[in-house]
Amino acid sequence: MAGKTLYDKLWEAHVVREEPDGSTLLYIDRHLVHEVTSPQAFEGLRLAGRKPWRGDSVLAVPDHNVPTANRDRGIEDPVSRTQVETLETNVTSLGLKFFPMADVRQGIVHVIGPEQGATLPGMTVVCGDSHTSTHGALGALAFGIGTSEVEHVLATQCLWQKKTKAMQIRVEGELRPGVTAKDVVLAIIGRIGTAGGTGYAIEFAGSAIRSLSIEGRMSICNMSIEAGARAGMVAVDEKTIEYVRGKPQAPSGERFEQAAAYWRTLVSDPDAEFDAVVEMDAAEIAPQVSWGTSPEMVAPINGRVPDPAAESDPVRAEGMKRALEYMDLQPNTLMAEIRPDKVFIGSCTNSRIEDLRAAAEVVKGRRKADNIKLAMVVPGSGLVKQQAEQEGLDRIFLDAGFEWREPGCSMCLAMNADRLEPGERCASTSNRNFEGRQGQGGRTHLVSPALAAAAAVAGHFIEPSALKEA
Amino acid sequence: MQAFTVHKGIVAPLDRSNVDTDAIIPKQYLKSVKRTGFGPNAFDDWRYLDPGEPGMDSSQRRINPDFVLNQAPFDQASILLARKNFGCGSSREHAVWALTDFGFRAVIAPSFADIFFSNSCKNGLLPVVLAEDEVQALFDQVEANPGAQVEVNLEEMTVTAPDGTVFRFTLDEDRRHRLLNGLDDIALTLQYADDIRAYEERQRREWPWMAEHSQG
Repeated sequence: MAGKTLYDKLWEAHVVREEPDGSTLLYIDRHLVHEVTSPQAFEGLRLAGRKPWRGDSVLAVPDHNVPTANRDRGIEDPVSRTQVETLETNVTSLGLKFFPMADVRQGIVHVIGPEQGATLPGMTVVCGDSHTSTHGALGALAFGIGTSEVEHVLATQCLWQKKTKAMQIRVEGELRPGVTAKDVVLAIIGRIGTAGGTGYAIEFAGSAIRSLSIEGRMSICNMSIEAGARAGMVAVDEKTIEYVRGKPQAPSGERFEQAAAYWRTLVSDPDAEFDAVVEMDAAEIAPQVSWGTSPEMVAPINGRVPDPAAESDPVRAEGMKRALEYMDLQPNTLMAEIRPDKVFIGSCTNSRIEDLRAAAEVVKGRRKADNIKLAMVVPGSGLVKQQAEQEGLDRIFLDAGFEWREPGCSMCLAMNADRLEPGERCASTSNRNFEGRQGQGGRTHLVSPALAAAAAVAGHFIEPSALKEA
Repeated sequence: MQAFTVHKGIVAPLDRSNVDTDAIIPKQYLKSVKRTGFGPNAFDDWRYLDPGEPGMDSSQRRINPDFVLNQAPFDQASILLARKNFGCGSSREHAVWALTDFGFRAVIAPSFADIFFSNSCKNGLLPVVLAEDEVQALFDQVEANPGAQVEVNLEEMTVTAPDGTVFRFTLDEDRRHRLLNGLDDIALTLQYADDIRAYEERQRREWPWMAEHSQG
């Protein structure tokens, strides 16, 4: 009999009950909650007279609607304010753990979960947010759910799930200098497509993945959903264990060692069989820039915007044409000739301390180009912000003409005041380049923090190594 | 949840792949704390020519005459026909609420994103997966005969095209049962409360740190 995949192990450890047709009641260890997808769930609970099954599994935080500037004024948009206040009322009335906007621990839910040790290896983690896959980087089974499921988890601590197929994406070899986790995941999505992982749980493996830091692995798992997979994960190794050690909510002392012994088993067995395997050569991955309105529409930084006329599939060609029209791009344009108007460094994909360090390294001693109307850095949490300030990164950004903001989802999806105006073009470290995602009529190019920083300095896309000496 | 058994209605052809949930309901409408009222803003960026904000009177807005849902008879459609990977992107259930609030009861496509599929089944909006050539046949028939009705039958798991051709689809038995009967998921699950407690007992024994840490 073949060995077990990491996904098999995580799944089997959480089965409460299995029906003959395979429908499984799966136990949920950690339930992350934010203000956008939870109000209707709490209302449903109230209307049915139900209470949370295990309130201490919840960690709640406002992130989507929070302002990233002038926080002392509170939330000016009354609709956003109501939503954040509704969260606070809902969770405090039930005694659930909550980091309000003024708490230094507040931040993007997918940044603070690992940061607090609220998400741990071996856990099942859910949140009413598709980027919950981020937490899989710790060797957890983490996936996004809808609001009905949020209510279901609150009421029962469980979800009805069917086991999906397992896919292994193996990236072997050494990444070229300047190629980051973000480039790897964009290249993967470019290869398998936005539906390539639909119906699968993806395990990212191979020497290139193992060489990444835990934060880099989070950037990769974060965008599993952009490849269609609800869950992405990376096997536990010593980096995982060291990352978790000492986190506020992680076990400590003897309990930690006991847990770590279990966590070390959270790897796919050597003879495990996957339903699909994708192999990629790390050395062939170049820094990526998206050119279209779907995350699979990417090109290497030294490449060109593709030509729909060269696409044989008519449905696909039509999609490319529509995307280029929306993006106001001509086929065969050099990626390096594209000039953004704004630069956004942040989001649950790329707002952790290593992301900010990578961007600061490029920006240091340089200035934002004149054609860049706004370059903003939005740390993923209050603690990331604090750390960055201790390292002097804020000064580097401010001296270069960037804005240094308060933590939140910000211009990744523009639910707060941070947004693109119609027609504006943005170099963004976020995860989605859908039409209107960053503001109606806005045009998004997905890139790594280093490439976003380089674009801010040069005024067009460029490899950081090609920038003039600072 | 509204049960789904058999539904016959007008089909709106939305000839796009990768229709994402940001397109189905743009972010500014997610600020609502309610489950209803999203219908007028379904596909807001495609449906209107002016930028929309919560609280606007949609009857006063400039509609985009080129968008299919603004054209008769498709403004009366209750079945949406689209290309592959429908509902990709964000997990927002508001996308499903926007479609049901508009009046849709079913979406037919060659494939759906996982979270959207699951959300749909929990709201009585039936996601129907047909083969690409079957979807193409429906596009062709609807184009030739706009307003022709299609029947979606969950009991038989069939789609009857305007010309009478019957296409078969599948849905897993558990979801089908819940949809056919409009069952409340939570009440069903709570019948297994003892199993959940037994699992928690096992967890305390085998992985004691799992629930301990969460006190932190």
